[in-house]
Amino acid sequence: MTRPNAAAGPEELIKIYRTSTLIKQTDESIRGLLRRGRLQANYYSPRGQEIVAAAMAATLQPDDYVVTIYRGLHDHLAKGVPLKALMAEYFGKVDGSCKGKGGCMHITHPEAGVMVTTGIVGSGMPIANGLALASQERKDGRVTVTNFGDGATNIGSFHESMNLASLWKLPVVFLCQNNLFAEHTATELCTAGNIVDRAKGYAMPGILVDGNDPEAMYAAAREAVDRARDGEGPTLIEARTFRFEGHNYGDPSSYIPKEMMAEAKANDPVPKLRALLIERGIATEDEVAKIDADAATEIAEAVTFAQESPYPDVAENLSDVYAHVLENA
Amino acid sequence: MAEITLSQATQQALDEAMAADPTVLVFGEDVADPEGGGIMGSTAGLSTKYGSRVRSTPISEQAIAGAAVGAAIAGMRPVAEIMLMNFITVAMDMIVNHAAKTRFMSGGKTAVPLTIRTMSGAGIGAGGQHSDMYEAWLAHVPGLKVVVPSNAADQKALLKSCIFDDDPCIFVETTYIQFMKGEVPADYEAPLGKAKVSREGTDVSIIGYGRPILDALAVAEKLAAEGISVEVVDLRTVMPWDQETVFKSVAKTKRAVTLHEAVVQFGVGAEISSRIHEELFDTLKAPVQRVGSMNTIVPYSAPLEQNFMWSQDKIEAAIRRTLERK
Ligand SMILES: Cc1ncc(C[n+]2csc(CCOP(=O)(O)OP(=O)(O)O)c2C)c(N)n1
Repeated sequence: MTRPNAAAGPEELIKIYRTSTLIKQTDESIRGLLRRGRLQANYYSPRGQEIVAAAMAATLQPDDYVVTIYRGLHDHLAKGVPLKALMAEYFGKVDGSCKGKGGCMHITHPEAGVMVTTGIVGSGMPIANGLALASQERKDGRVTVTNFGDGATNIGSFHESMNLASLWKLPVVFLCQNNLFAEHTATELCTAGNIVDRAKGYAMPGILVDGNDPEAMYAAAREAVDRARDGEGPTLIEARTFRFEGHNYGDPSSYIPKEMMAEAKANDPVPKLRALLIERGIATEDEVAKIDADAATEIAEAVTFAQESPYPDVAENLSDVYAHVLENA
Repeated sequence: MAEITLSQATQQALDEAMAADPTVLVFGEDVADPEGGGIMGSTAGLSTKYGSRVRSTPISEQAIAGAAVGAAIAGMRPVAEIMLMNFITVAMDMIVNHAAKTRFMSGGKTAVPLTIRTMSGAGIGAGGQHSDMYEAWLAHVPGLKVVVPSNAADQKALLKSCIFDDDPCIFVETTYIQFMKGEVPADYEAPLGKAKVSREGTDVSIIGYGRPILDALAVAEKLAAEGISVEVVDLRTVMPWDQETVFKSVAKTKRAVTLHEAVVQFGVGAEISSRIHEELFDTLKAPVQRVGSMNTIVPYSAPLEQNFMWSQDKIEAAIRRTLERK
């Protein structure tokens, strides 16, 4: 079934550019802070994967749910986690989204619909089903998107979750951001067959898409989100993309062939979208330059905010473990 | 004697075990050479040298642990790596219901001589899902052996002991100290279940294992200047732990402090403390004190994480509490 409104119009493309620019620049800023020793964090750069998150988010409502992983900066920003709260969490400060207690691998921001960020590969998918189950029972019309990497498709919970979601027709979208590597291991060395084909085994539609192409990615996301919202159940999207950095900050990514990296960087999706906006007359050079500048300003403000925010009081170590602090713990 | 890091100690143990015994297999995420020989380089060179006996796996902890169980039942000596101890939770069915119980439930017809190498520990700003020490969980399961070394020599010798042991062994490496160096004598051996008295003393015994042992030694050094003589017992093997050495030490000093990185409640220290009270109640001059980390989730924020962890101050305070009783 083809659906109306499946194509990204000028407005959507500008929105996707605005989001992906904010992601790209925030990532660059964070890596700069790490490099200069201003920030200490286990950081997983999403550089190169911006369009996947930005295009997916452009199809979502503010109250839709998102579940993501340690490499989640792009998903967080795209879904609307405020940059200041995010940055303060990276610094372990009290104004962080989780009071500095969770850290950058464990961002939660329910107001933006970001319900879980997990550091355990594959663990987001079963939980996403539960969020979707709640929506199905409450008939609140929400869709849940669960993001994960290609490596995560080899863990048991992926298969169990796909089966359950399909059986119960849950309003959930399984978004595999296939950046071709799982830590240091290339996908073809750790995954038998094609990821998208696995949808078939669970009687759900599978869409293979170039995640770096904003229009194709938007259309795929739109299709899956609309299906979920219409009560037709889950979809598996395999969005092909690439990460420009090592697995985590400090990983020199020597296991990635040089030519492969060079080619990916030459096709950097964010400047490509910028050029497309100008070429098609959707925005002028001045307009996109303003989007770039606005992002830079917002980031500078967030970094200052995070640096100036105090550390949480050590008494916080015993709060939030249980609903009430246990006297005898 | 050349000094090597703990991570190199692991590498040497695996290399020597594989050279000595063709049934030794190594597998885990990213362990082969094209993938970097493990995130700490602990398996570097092995796949080049031993071919298919060393394999990188998909991210599939249940499959990794299960394959180790199966290969072990078939007579191999697999050394499976679960990258971080928190991910052991994903493989818990294989470890708890199968590795641990197979010998018993088969009436001794089959055995599971596997080793699971894993790594963990706080102090690295990794937050709640990458820093836990779960050795008490595992030690609580009959059928499993649990080892936590604190230095390079023990890491090398104990890993070999695990590999050639006929039972399932969980070998826990502490992330924070993997690049610390130490001397490893060529003929050094460390049998499972044997503690090491790392420093002799007469006033109080500290019984611990893993990274906190380094802090215990530092505190002992400091208190020596005040004329307080602290004996430090490094258990090395958590299950089965060396009751003989511990009781002998405490019978001498009449005071004891247990020490580990994991949270205090329901921890290994509780078991040791309880056994000391049962055996030496009449000899003790003071109740056994326990030191560990705070009963909470490992926090991300740096000052909170420091506050969560055991510390030299907490060790010293516990020693002084035992000394208050005359
Ligand atoms: C259960 C579990 N096993 C292992 C790890 C260690 N680990 C963290 S990220 C990662 C690679 C994941 O790759 P992929 O799913 O492709 O996601 P990507 O990082 O490429 O976005 C591994 C093995 C983990 N966090 N959780």
